[in-house]
Amino acid sequence: MSFEIVARPHQQNFIDWSADKPEVLVLSADLTNSCEVGKWRDTYPDRFFSMGMAEQNMLGFAAGLAREGFEPWLHTFSVFLYRRPLDQLQMSVAYPSLKVRLVGFLPGIMTPGGVTHQAIDDIAVLRAIPNMVIFEVGDATEAESVIDLAHKVQGPVYIRQLRGEVSRIFPKNEPMIFNRARILSEGEDFTLITSGIMTEEALRAVPLLQSKGISISHLHVSTLKPFTDPTILEYLNRAKKGVITMENHSIMGGLGSAVAEVMAENKISVGLKRIALNDTYAHGASQKYLISEYGIDAKALVEAIENILGTKLGIEEVDLSTSRIASLHSSAKVEAL
Amino acid sequence: MSEYINEVKVSEIARMADGIRERVLAHTLKNNGGYMSQACSAAELLATLYGAILSLAPLDQPLAPSLFSGVPARSDKDILDSPKINFETGARFHGEKRPELDRLISSPAHYALVIYAALIESGRLAENALDFFNKDGSTVEMIGAEHSPGFETTTGSLAQALSQAGGIALGRKLKNESGRTWVFMSDGELQEGQSYEALQAISFYKLNKVRAIVDVNRGQCDGPMESVMSIEPIALRAKAFGWDCVSVDGHDIEAIYTAAMAESGKPRMILCYTDPVRGLPILSEREPVLHYLRFTSDSEREKYQLAFQEMVTKS
Repeated sequence: MSFEIVARPHQQNFIDWSADKPEVLVLSADLTNSCEVGKWRDTYPDRFFSMGMAEQNMLGFAAGLAREGFEPWLHTFSVFLYRRPLDQLQMSVAYPSLKVRLVGFLPGIMTPGGVTHQAIDDIAVLRAIPNMVIFEVGDATEAESVIDLAHKVQGPVYIRQLRGEVSRIFPKNEPMIFNRARILSEGEDFTLITSGIMTEEALRAVPLLQSKGISISHLHVSTLKPFTDPTILEYLNRAKKGVITMENHSIMGGLGSAVAEVMAENKISVGLKRIALNDTYAHGASQKYLISEYGIDAKALVEAIENILGTKLGIEEVDLSTSRIASLHSSAKVEAL
Repeated sequence: MSEYINEVKVSEIARMADGIRERVLAHTLKNNGGYMSQACSAAELLATLYGAILSLAPLDQPLAPSLFSGVPARSDKDILDSPKINFETGARFHGEKRPELDRLISSPAHYALVIYAALIESGRLAENALDFFNKDGSTVEMIGAEHSPGFETTTGSLAQALSQAGGIALGRKLKNESGRTWVFMSDGELQEGQSYEALQAISFYKLNKVRAIVDVNRGQCDGPMESVMSIEPIALRAKAFGWDCVSVDGHDIEAIYTAAMAESGKPRMILCYTDPVRGLPILSEREPVLHYLRFTSDSEREKYQLAFQEMVTKS
């Protein structure tokens, strides 16, 4: 891939952003450096609270601090924000709609830590919780700009955040916009909707598909709740041959389900193919290995389109793995892609 | 803040405690059901808390309970930068919040009826408020939530209040507030693991203005706690987590007051060992299951009617 790789986009950005916001606190559950807030702790030691491996209590403390006018930003792995302390999240934080920010790292199959560390149903679970807003970032630009959006929400926010080496797919001066999909390519036959790391994965296949004459609209979605973006409806209506969703999550309750709901309620009658973990847990292995094993990679996207068309396109795995993608410089140039 | 309480005050609080039992029994008779044993066990505890221990802003007059006006929610139209949610909690019955004053977070929401009675006895809730208890559209709910009189958080799923109070106390500490943050608890919720996470965090952050006062009535929904899941020795557990802990007779107003007001530079837990049938001896016929009283026959109901008349005559 030819994207610029940004090392730890959250780390320094969050420090700089927090400088003039004394109400912003960080609560951490023994994964401080793993969630890129070790340096934040050293910069603002009076605003950092180590809560230990005790997430239920951490959610309660966050609720109390929010009631006193502070804005706690909880940093830990996704699984430990919603799966372990779900009742506390619901009753202490979500019901009173408190300004608590849940920054969840390693969503889906991004960790070799295996099933215990893989948040594969977080969107499904959290989408069902009233008052919750859900963001998922797809690149370094979004990892940086999601902070501003979350800060403005009067209520709890869950972020599927990226860490470590993160591609910059979207220009730094084009931040995430609330409830607005990015249009990465325009076409008439298929509408492809992707989120999180699946956007970069899909971008391996889309140019090859286009070179075979396939006409695709590709949308990247970063606001998963609410799911009321008119752009999405517009592009769903446009698809002549089918809609495909691709997500780093279970097939149930995530992006694909949200799209299915919109299609059903708006009588959009083309077929929908959801590329996602097919109602299965995963295991400990590399991201690259797992997306291939569970069929949620660029190859799966090509096959999905081949199945709908009933024909082989002659795109080989080697083409996908060596596929080079130019940086998307500006949404104004979308049509050139 | 003195640890001394004079006799006049003690007898005033004793009258409040009698009033709590009478109001809950009257309500139970009228509605053929109620959380009666919680009133018997916690009457002195709550009367002492509201009558003498807590430093709360006064109210001009008892407040009427509101009708339920909806759940807390941000505007759906304008999620970004929508106006701050000004959800009215039941803390308004505790008077205006001030940095130097106390806060009370009640944890066992099943004690709601008893807490409402205590609020009436302390002149904070309108006399007729129990007429709205468990009535559709009312905030005087059976299991209190944060819109209910005297409640500030939603704690019907037990053992979440201590953590929330820890967060409130930490926030108040960051704002240099001098008031204390009280948590009224029941012993049963000390079976939940979260209670111990909260104890350790409050101790770790030296939130010394946190005070937990516990009704140790040794009963829970399934029956006696020692048969369901024993939690003793509670005091040793609390101390091992870095708290000061003192055990008192939960019907001894002077002892409760003295234990509650002592300063020790640590978070403090006051264990009030109580009798779940105190003031209503015939309730013991229902032992060991006392969680909720519903009359099984007219004759049983008449017995309680008689007990009520005795209770009123005595006080």
